[in-house]
Amino acid sequence: MIRPIAANPQKAAQKEGIIASMKFAVVVNEGPYQHQAADTAFNFSRAVLERGHQIDRVFFYHDGVNAATRLAVPPQDDRDITRKWSQLADEHGLDLVVCVAAAQRRGIIDADERRRHGKDADNIAPGFRISGLGQLIETAIDADRVVVFGD
Amino acid sequence: MSTGGSSSEQNSKRFLCVNRRAPHGTIYALESLEVVLAATAFEQRVTVLFLDDGVFQLVKNQNTDALGVKNFSPTYKALEMYEVERVVVERESLDRRGISEDDLIIPVDVLAEDEISELFESHDILLNF
Repeated sequence: MIRPIAANPQKAAQKEGIIASMKFAVVVNEGPYQHQAADTAFNFSRAVLERGHQIDRVFFYHDGVNAATRLAVPPQDDRDITRKWSQLADEHGLDLVVCVAAAQRRGIIDADERRRHGKDADNIAPGFRISGLGQLIETAIDADRVVVFGD
Repeated sequence: MSTGGSSSEQNSKRFLCVNRRAPHGTIYALESLEVVLAATAFEQRVTVLFLDDGVFQLVKNQNTDALGVKNFSPTYKALEMYEVERVVVERESLDRRGISEDDLIIPVDVLAEDEISELFESHDILLNF
């Protein structure tokens, strides 16, 4: 049966007794500006929140961790992926977690890591935090759906 | 790309980690292995699947000296100790690359392509690498 698309899908779902609000975990596996997946992950997350669903956590892995640097300077007529994530996190209290092992390899570092490793700077952007792979497993357990953005 | 579904227990889900790429040349294989080990540390039920060029990850006697990168393939021998439930390799992927089960560093379950789709169905979380 083909059903017409409801003007308000959430309300329609509620009427039919379908779970109206879902909890998503989002995994970002590719780097910003290198790969469309980094943009699509953001667009998906924003759309999920606009539809009244929840995002349990966004987990950045592989080159995806590069979205967490506040030192990137994309051209002015281009989008600023890091700033978009920071703003979304600020507006919705999003938990943006960067994998520590992947981050260390690629030079994404916060104040704690800077001290621990005796580096002269940190570069993590507002709204992001560095933690372990356990955070990926944990959100996969807690969320209704895990959506992976990669190559 | 991947979905989580219903699970029988609140804190236990069935993870399927899918490896489709060659062991070296990109970091996906190494960082996938780290996810597998993390999932077992959380006492999750984990199946690891090797497809396409991913089957090269399990080939015995790898030597990475000339590449100047770490040979992490011995770590696959620890999967059993970490209580990974199942290691699955797709038969067609082996055949197309002229690899036999004897060439692999650990014992595996070899499944045909149509059985692989059932594997996807029977897991809650799908992580692709």
